Amino acid sequence: MADQLILEWLLALLQTLLFAAGAPLFAGWVKRLKCGLQNRRGPSLLQPYRDLWKLMRKQVVLAEEASPLFRAAPYVVFAATALAASTIPLIAVHLPTGAIADVIVLVGFLGLARFFMALAAMDVGTAFGGMGASREMTVSSLAEPAMLMAIFTLTMTAHSTNLSHAMDQLIADGLVLRPSFMFALMGLLLVALAECGRIPVDNPATHLELTMIHEAMLLEYSGRHLALMEWAAQLKLAIYAVLIANIFIPWGVATRLTPDYLAMGLLAIVAKLALLGMALALAETVLAKMRLFRVPAFLNLAFLLALLGMLSHVILEVGA
Amino acid sequence: MLPVHVAVLCSFLSAFAALGANRHPALLARLAFPLLGLAGLAAAYAGLDTLLHGRVLTLVLPLGLPWLHWQMYLDPLAGVFLAIIGTVLVAVSLYGPGYVREYRPKRDSLAALGGFTGLFVVGMLLVVVAGDAFMFMVAWELMSLSSYFLVAFQHEHAANRRAAFLYLLMAHAGGLLILFAYGVLAAHAGGFSFAAMRAASIPAPWASVAFALAFVGFGMKAGLVPLHAWLPEAHPVAPSHVSALMSGVMLKVAVYGFVRVAFDLLGHQIQAGWGISALLVGSITALLGVLYASVQSDLKRLLAYSSIENVGMIFIALGLALLFLGTGHATLGYLALVAGLYHACNHALFKGLLFLGAGAVLQQSHERDLERMGGLLRRMPWTGLMMLVGCLSIASLPPFNGFVSEWLTLQAALQGVVLDNGVLRILVPIAAAMLALTAALAAATFVKAYGVAFLGQPRGRHVRHAREADRGMRGAMALLALLCLALGVLPTWFIGLLDAVPRSLFGTGLPFAVAEGWLWLTPSGAARASYSAPLVLLAIGLAWLVAWLVLHPHRGQAVRRGAPWDCGFGPLNSRMQYTAAAFAMPIRRIFRPVWRIDEQLERTVDSASGRVTGLRHSLTIGDRAWTLLYEPLGRWVLLAARRVSRMQTGNIRGYLAYSFFTLLFLLWLIS
Repeated sequence: MADQLILEWLLALLQTLLFAAGAPLFAGWVKRLKCGLQNRRGPSLLQPYRDLWKLMRKQVVLAEEASPLFRAAPYVVFAATALAASTIPLIAVHLPTGAIADVIVLVGFLGLARFFMALAAMDVGTAFGGMGASREMTVSSLAEPAMLMAIFTLTMTAHSTNLSHAMDQLIADGLVLRPSFMFALMGLLLVALAECGRIPVDNPATHLELTMIHEAMLLEYSGRHLALMEWAAQLKLAIYAVLIANIFIPWGVATRLTPDYLAMGLLAIVAKLALLGMALALAETVLAKMRLFRVPAFLNLAFLLALLGMLSHVILEVGA
Repeated sequence: MLPVHVAVLCSFLSAFAALGANRHPALLARLAFPLLGLAGLAAAYAGLDTLLHGRVLTLVLPLGLPWLHWQMYLDPLAGVFLAIIGTVLVAVSLYGPGYVREYRPKRDSLAALGGFTGLFVVGMLLVVVAGDAFMFMVAWELMSLSSYFLVAFQHEHAANRRAAFLYLLMAHAGGLLILFAYGVLAAHAGGFSFAAMRAASIPAPWASVAFALAFVGFGMKAGLVPLHAWLPEAHPVAPSHVSALMSGVMLKVAVYGFVRVAFDLLGHQIQAGWGISALLVGSITALLGVLYASVQSDLKRLLAYSSIENVGMIFIALGLALLFLGTGHATLGYLALVAGLYHACNHALFKGLLFLGAGAVLQQSHERDLERMGGLLRRMPWTGLMMLVGCLSIASLPPFNGFVSEWLTLQAALQGVVLDNGVLRILVPIAAAMLALTAALAAATFVKAYGVAFLGQPRGRHVRHAREADRGMRGAMALLALLCLALGVLPTWFIGLLDAVPRSLFGTGLPFAVAEGWLWLTPSGAARASYSAPLVLLAIGLAWLVAWLVLHPHRGQAVRRGAPWDCGFGPLNSRMQYTAAAFAMPIRRIFRPVWRIDEQLERTVDSASGRVTGLRHSLTIGDRAWTLLYEPLGRWVLLAARRVSRMQTGNIRGYLAYSFFTLLFLLWLIS
């Protein structure tokens, strides 16, 4: 019993480290694919790691007006995002961290990170920071209910808000085509695009001032602070990708903690993420960024889809 | 003498002590506020003691009418609210002496301030411990009237007088409805005491009538939409420590009244329909409250609107509780009730904290307008830190207390699938989505409030010379901030206390919530959901530590300071920052129909060259409740009064005829 517990905790820790270490790779993969699709020669898959390494060794330049909050924010943002990652089953279920923080707390962690990022953006007092903060908070306040709606569909199906338990339940249920999950998946995909600042909501590659959301908030950061913020953003993208991959296609996630199951789990998640990355790169290539004030309509669609998922669960699946 | 008697007595004495404050201003700081603090300690002790032991105390007081003695009734439900009143009162008593220094004894009557504050507190304490409708109403009126004088404290401004009158009007309309509700209950119970009402069996239609009257009456005081319009007028204009008491505590007293009537006096015949109405009104209140809060640029007004939002969140939880209890899912009902009470405690703490912080800013800079603030974190680092805690708590972010109650409410809502009715099964998750939207918008609102006020560069002259608040004021804020963190990190312990409320009202409590020890919060069993706030705090700390240890330079490398990026156009100034109005602009645009917006842009064009030489932007955001409800109602009342005034002929014979016919009518009626 005690051995099992230690093993589970060890695995949770390793899984979190793997999550954090793998996140830049996923970002690099999407970037490379995107370049390929756009007939450009993409950077190496390892480029995000090189960038992070470079930034970490650089000297920090702070704005004269920056307060202590500005210096603390990257650590809070990174810590909160890493904790959010730690609660998601990446290669195996039975995570003890899932009991500490369930999926609602996960949304709360992401909210905490966002809160500090937006405050840090307003700290220096440039127009860019305020603009980015205002837009980010607006977009996310519309995205968050849609995300919770989509996740509620999952938790109501699995009778648990503990992600580990819920996924375990879904795997045990076997292959069932649930209409509610189709809608929830579509809703969550749209939310993920908005929350991670991808096209068509925000463009991660732009520094054109009038269209920036996420980048506008980081404009004053440099050195290790910037590295942490960038890493947290990559981690957030990976979090959404893994959530989508493992909730809606849960097969392959290890339900037992034996080497063969774990290897299978690792292989499965790599394959799923590779496919999801392709889909993201394709979407970012064929779609154009939309005007800021079209975004609410986009997120309303996400909310409606998630709501439809919830309704079809309540009407069609409860008691069935 | 019981602690609760000590509390009431000390507040009375505080009111008396303050009477001499006009001549000796020191009386207020040296005697009146310490007495209030003592009252707060005693009230908090009495409340916690009742909760810890789950005791019920009944006393008949030698007061009241000869044949109708007042009764005192102190059960765990009253204990929760006594503890709320006591805690905020302790903070206010620490804060007050420093804050009232702003008022000059010559111009502002300190005696009135201290005296009515004491009476206000007495009123609130007596409402909570009242054991019969008679004492309840007397205490309720005492609370309403004395707070009227506090709202009208700075009556030299016409706007304040108007706000105070509106407050008085609404308080009395609400009081009247509550009186009717008790009237319905007393008629069936044959007595005014709560014990008789509880024991009486009331026909279901009459029970619904009593519930509706109490819901509207207490809802008026609590600020439910659309009856909220007085609240954002009245709360901000009172002195800040009184605002903290009004928003943090008095709204909770209204919530107490609602819970007492709906869950206790009518507790054995709760109907699901009550829950639906409370849930709907609560959802609308929460959403509109936060939308209105998000566009305010007056800091205290923003906080007042946010109180409306939080009252809405409390009513969402209470509505869920009524719904579950009315459909026979008792355990879920207790969970939602505890979530609602938890949020009531949380809101008292963080709203008290935020109002005290706003008061410190107001005292130091004489500014309430966000558009003229900025950079206060550097001028007032302690106040800034405490306000940050308050903002994080109110934005429902882990590991602070606001998150716990939101989490509990969502957990209760997620189990709405157990309901038999398909429409209800859909309604409950939608209410949960509204709750999520509200919390997310609250986060945006408080990023705006904190970011504009405390970060960036000073936008106004006054703010530039602000200094840190004095020690007592900082201590008061620190006390509330620590409690916000404590209730966020140790929810299991606190829920164990709150569990005494359903235990005393319904005989059973939450079976699972605290079953796994103090570390784990498992509202409906560990397999369903669990949250461990202490471990979350520990993990955030560890993650921070690791990141910091790995990254922070050990080499003593100094951080370089430079100018922020200005696009190469020359130095930035404070006027180039995003303003509060600009920050809220996307939200304002998305939810446009919610407000009555009047936006004007005037250009001054130089006629010779045709160039624009000046721009003037004005933005007024009005509350739709005024145009849709209050103004038509006011017009209707005036019209009716004009019709009635035709009777006033000025002719004595006419009046005699009226008296004669009235007499005849009455005689006919009784014969």
